[in-house]
Amino acid sequence: MHKPERLIVDGKRLDGRKPDELRPIRIEVDFLKRADGSCYLEMGKNRVVAAVYGPREAHPRHIQDPTKAVVRYRYNMAPFSVEERKRPGPDRRSVEISKVSKEAFEAVIMKELFPRSVIDIFVEVLQADAGSRTACINAASVALVDAGIPIKGILTSVAVAKVDGTLVLDPMKEEDNFGEADMPFAFLIRGGKIESIALLQMDGRMTKEEIKEAMKLAKKGAMEIYQLQREAIMKRFLEEEEND
Amino acid sequence: MTEDILSEVKKDYVLSKLREGERIDGRKFDEFRKVEIKTGLIEKAEGSALVKLGNTQVVVGVKMQPGEPFPDTPDKGVIIVNAELVPLASPTFEPGPPDENSVELARVVDRGIRESEAVDLSKLCIEEGKKVWIIFVDIHALDDDGNLLDASAIASICALLDAKVPASRFGVGEDFKLPINDIPVSVTSLIIGEKFLIDPSRDEMSVGDKTITISVGRNDEVVAIQKSGDYLLNESLFEEVLEKSIVAGRKIREEILRQCSKTC
Repeated sequence: MHKPERLIVDGKRLDGRKPDELRPIRIEVDFLKRADGSCYLEMGKNRVVAAVYGPREAHPRHIQDPTKAVVRYRYNMAPFSVEERKRPGPDRRSVEISKVSKEAFEAVIMKELFPRSVIDIFVEVLQADAGSRTACINAASVALVDAGIPIKGILTSVAVAKVDGTLVLDPMKEEDNFGEADMPFAFLIRGGKIESIALLQMDGRMTKEEIKEAMKLAKKGAMEIYQLQREAIMKRFLEEEEND
Repeated sequence: MTEDILSEVKKDYVLSKLREGERIDGRKFDEFRKVEIKTGLIEKAEGSALVKLGNTQVVVGVKMQPGEPFPDTPDKGVIIVNAELVPLASPTFEPGPPDENSVELARVVDRGIRESEAVDLSKLCIEEGKKVWIIFVDIHALDDDGNLLDASAIASICALLDAKVPASRFGVGEDFKLPINDIPVSVTSLIIGEKFLIDPSRDEMSVGDKTITISVGRNDEVVAIQKSGDYLLNESLFEEVLEKSIVAGRKIREEILRQCSKTC
């Protein structure tokens, strides 16, 4: 990939988006048969599948917690998901993404209701194009609702990048590679309002003022994604009602 | 079991002190423990530093060798940060392949160095597309008395400041000092409810492992952020942490410059 001369021309991004515009998102709930809850999600060129299993008996037994459920999260990229074939299995990046995503979900799942059990969240990236961790969190969040697991609210995730000195919402590959900074967020949304931050990372170079601006932009994007997550969930349960 | 009970007792103590507006060791909420830096301890390494942050101790060694560049940066050196949380450093560390905590630690330190462009990688090309300098930064924990992350970040940049590129040994010219552009400082805070403590000690960490790390480069710019731990952070608290971390980072940078200019 070569660096384009400019990433923003006449206020428009390479794919024609405005700085505060999301990529197209498509959400399909109950995508898998075997899992207790599942979701397929597209966010631009990202294509991800999330599955939730549990609460179920925790194996091996020594991982059990007598006071609450253990949450596991596995972020995994398919070898064909990126330009150059990725070697199968966890690399350091996947381990870190899995850790911070797990912690975000641990903070919103009502773990105390299921002592000694485990809740497994598996996300598979079939195609990655910047922001795959955010796409996975959005999908996993819907899959948790599909599985009927009690949560404090919906997690919604989006990144903000700084490219050519401008803050842009939901960066695509070119903006991620050649931009000056990237900042992924996940918010807990409860009662239709953003309540707190569940995931926060950043790399690049930003002033404190830019970070506050990025937060505003991310919140705007998250509310839009939340509406789509909500619609997809409502649609799934209305269909179930009609079929009964 | 005794560990558990002790930890509960410490937790209550930390919290009761906190209600009085104090920390158990008398520090201010935004105050780092004493930093002691000793560079050049490992003569076999191209650069090294032993850092004490209170009672937390870390040694970092920098090794360099010529190798292949990444295809997308054919004219730039490569930097690789690795961390080993060896069992000698804490009763809770176990031997074996790196777990998620050591991977996260190495990656957050790496991000601070990489994103601040601390090392001028463009000056580390030997032959474009074929041969560049590969820099290995290896973090070796010795004693984990809390906030191993910030201690590791300080030790890493100090070892890099201390480093000489061993060009003559590999027959590619004269040795030269590793070119350093910035001194990134990582500032970790422990979040306790609506309060936060910068540079938490291990006793303070008994309250929980809910932290946020903000790495600060020159001109008070933020170069990396990592929220770690299963908790929800509110926006106003984050902004407060951000402000204080930038100020604390500035102070540690001055301290690094003061101590490293004497030794290297």
